[in-house]
Amino acid sequence: MQDLVEVTEAGLYCRRGDFFVDPWRPVPRAVITHAHADHARRGSARYLCASPGKLVLRSRMGGQAPIDVVRYGETILINGVRVSLHPAGHVLGSAQVRLEHGGTTWVVTGDYKLERDPTCAPFEPVRCDVLVTESTFGLPVYRWPSSEVIAADLDRWWRENRDAGRTSVVLAYALGKAQRLAAVVDPSIGPIVAHGAVMTMVEAYRASGVRLPPIDRVPPRARRVGGGRALVIAPPSVLGGSWLRLFGEASVAMASGWMTLRGVRRRRGFARGFVVSDHADFPGLLAAIEASGARRVLVTHGFADPLARLLRERGLDAAPLATRFTGEASPDAVGVEDDDPEAPASGTAPSPGADADAAAAGIRGAAVE
Amino acid sequence: MRSFTDLFWQLDGTTRTSEKLEALVAYFRAAPPDDAACAIDVLSGGRQIRAVPTSLLRQWAAEVTGLPPWLVEESYAHVGDLAETLALVLPEPVAPADEAPGAHEADVGLARLMRTTIHSLRHETEARKREVVLATWRRLASRERIVWHKLLTGGCRVGVSRTLVARALAEVAGVEPAVMAHRLMGGDVVDGEAYRRLLAPQRHDADDRRPYPFFLASALDGAEGHDVASLGGVADWQAEWKWDGMRAQLVRRGSDVAVWSRGEELVNEAFPDIVAAGATLPAGTVLDGELLAVAGGRLLGFSMLSRRSGRRTVTRRLLEDIPCVFVAYDLLEERGEDLRGRPLHERRLRLEGIVPTPFAAGTDAHGARPPQVTSAIFLSPVVSAASWTDLGLLRAEARRRGVEGLMLKRRASPYGVGRTRGDWWKWKIEPLEIDAVLLYAQAGHGRRAGLHSDYTLGLWHEGRLVTVAKAYSGLADTEIVEVDRIVRATTLEKHGPVRICEPTLVFQLAFEAVSASTRHKSGVAVRFPRIVRWRRDKQPSEAGTLDDLRRMIPGSVPR
Repeated sequence: MQDLVEVTEAGLYCRRGDFFVDPWRPVPRAVITHAHADHARRGSARYLCASPGKLVLRSRMGGQAPIDVVRYGETILINGVRVSLHPAGHVLGSAQVRLEHGGTTWVVTGDYKLERDPTCAPFEPVRCDVLVTESTFGLPVYRWPSSEVIAADLDRWWRENRDAGRTSVVLAYALGKAQRLAAVVDPSIGPIVAHGAVMTMVEAYRASGVRLPPIDRVPPRARRVGGGRALVIAPPSVLGGSWLRLFGEASVAMASGWMTLRGVRRRRGFARGFVVSDHADFPGLLAAIEASGARRVLVTHGFADPLARLLRERGLDAAPLATRFTGEASPDAVGVEDDDPEAPASGTAPSPGADADAAAAGIRGAAVE
Repeated sequence: MRSFTDLFWQLDGTTRTSEKLEALVAYFRAAPPDDAACAIDVLSGGRQIRAVPTSLLRQWAAEVTGLPPWLVEESYAHVGDLAETLALVLPEPVAPADEAPGAHEADVGLARLMRTTIHSLRHETEARKREVVLATWRRLASRERIVWHKLLTGGCRVGVSRTLVARALAEVAGVEPAVMAHRLMGGDVVDGEAYRRLLAPQRHDADDRRPYPFFLASALDGAEGHDVASLGGVADWQAEWKWDGMRAQLVRRGSDVAVWSRGEELVNEAFPDIVAAGATLPAGTVLDGELLAVAGGRLLGFSMLSRRSGRRTVTRRLLEDIPCVFVAYDLLEERGEDLRGRPLHERRLRLEGIVPTPFAAGTDAHGARPPQVTSAIFLSPVVSAASWTDLGLLRAEARRRGVEGLMLKRRASPYGVGRTRGDWWKWKIEPLEIDAVLLYAQAGHGRRAGLHSDYTLGLWHEGRLVTVAKAYSGLADTEIVEVDRIVRATTLEKHGPVRICEPTLVFQLAFEAVSASTRHKSGVAVRFPRIVRWRRDKQPSEAGTLDDLRRMIPGSVPR
């Protein structure tokens, strides 16, 4: 029987339903798992996403392209294929795409995590025959601390900096992680201020009904913002520019799953690295795959080869699937390429035949989430 | 071990020298002397013992985690640090509820840990090793495990220089950093007693064999505006050939003779001929100079010298095949008096009094006069010229003479400590260069862990690319990231951490010299290869050939 989802030049394609999931070229109909730039690209004629993610996707897509929404769990028919979206726990509105036709069920996970995140609906396992899963952190060295530990570490670091009269700057993706961090820290420690790119998304989150503590936009040409007491949330692209100098003496930390590794942290000379990711860690990937009940697993962006091999050894029918998704960009990539979410999607992408962990290096898409 | 672990992470967590210094000072002030002595050894890169082979650790980690061994290897290739990889894949520790306090490794002092656990483990059976390792894994948290693994496998390197360790100890002892650097030479802080002596306000070292800290030259390569034009009058400078040998100090005190390498290793065993010659020097003499292999008035080159320098014992045959000399260029101590504060011109005059015979091999452009071998100790001749232009012309002859260029030393300068810019410059000849193609790449370690930053490069020969050199440095960090991406995207085969790539990238490779070699498949060995730039403008087909490289071997017949 023909596969319900296949990889084409334009992206993951459901031929039976004639629609794409997170296409990397403009197509007539795109089902979007979430609004990060490697999954949601401009130029398609029509988009479909989960209802909580509409405003975020709109702010990323701009313009007038129609965005249709469905509620989580609501089933619609597209050319005879039953399609529903289910929470992926990655960022606000992120969804796994369930496709059912002719008695076979496929799930495309998009990006997902299993950890608790107060800014989005938690991951829900969806039973299926075939699972298309990401593998950004698909090696056993990646294991996340609990959300409580992360919050306590962030608070302690912020408090120590504040007491020393130093501004705390934490670098995090503008969409998702920045809001998650703002939501988990203790706002009684000091003021929270954010870079403009983060504020755009903060506003989209608030308009979508997500409760966040008070956050101020960093005014242009400000000096000594927050008087050494503030927590500044900014996208990694501010590194190397003059923007960070606004804060006088500052401790600059990076929040990323890649901070697990000393080498990555030391290369960029971060004072602190917080291991925070909106992707599943290795145990999380294995747990999600098991919970899906899938007998066949196709592994996309990340450590596709080793994860697929491990699953095969454990008796599943598993194989890597080459896509152009990049997962969580390695901090090595920051500053290498443009941070502009409107940057053209083509040209620099690794070819579909490229080694899958080219994506793990996260070069393409740099800080574009 | 807890305080040493904290120190490790404090040093790891900052790139600021001031913060590292602060962490070191705090550690040494608080540490028991035995632990401090042990820490000095580990921090300054002393020879460490591998108590448990890493292959066993990997195997046991796979067993404990239930992961297939290949996945542990795959993880190691990604992380680039075995101690860290194992620490990350192992399960969270369980609380040692049933164990007496003090049995916990984290509570044991560093010195006791090294002596009673790590060193004694080396001689235990594999079963006992496994038992101890697995029990420790159950108790230590990930951040402690990394340090423990590094101590256990003898690979504990921390990002601090010896100079910084000396500065911290100087602050703790309340002495000058230069004094502490000298006290630390030769690495004899073996226990708490030695550590106490190290920190004493005053010491009497008249008859020990320790060398002085080496003064190091900086490269005069136009960087930061440093070139000969910025040095002032040529008459203020003493020029000498820059020998391609091994830097060493020859110490004659009391009845002892000691030959010290720049790495502060005693190399008497490898150079018995130099030790014998040193015994003819007056007591209380310290010479700074260069060990060179020389036969029949001809320099044998660095590769021959390294066949001598690595030896613990030297056969008569080797002594005859590769005779060595010590070429002295500075006098640091005369009749027990430390001369380092005196100006170079005075030290030079006094040196000529002790070592009168100038070394001639290689320095005579016609190579006709072999030196009069009366001793193995010679004087490094001064290269004189009336102007920088004339000196530049002499420098251009360096490769033909078998030297690396010129050394320029300010005549009025004292003998410094470490690499202090301004008084000693190495004015090397321009390197040889060739464009080569990237064939293999390997993930780096430390700061470059997980990035493919170690490259094997090839040249064309009979229609194929053959490997000629391995090179690490020279690209900007952003370029390394970019190359890493291309390496991953053009991988043809993976062999553990090594990737064989489609030949697409061309790099300009610089090196000091080329020599014929039977040990290399290509038949040539390049000295000190490094990448100078990425030739984005060139296709692999435009890279150099093996014949181009062979023509650079001195004495080769031009074709």
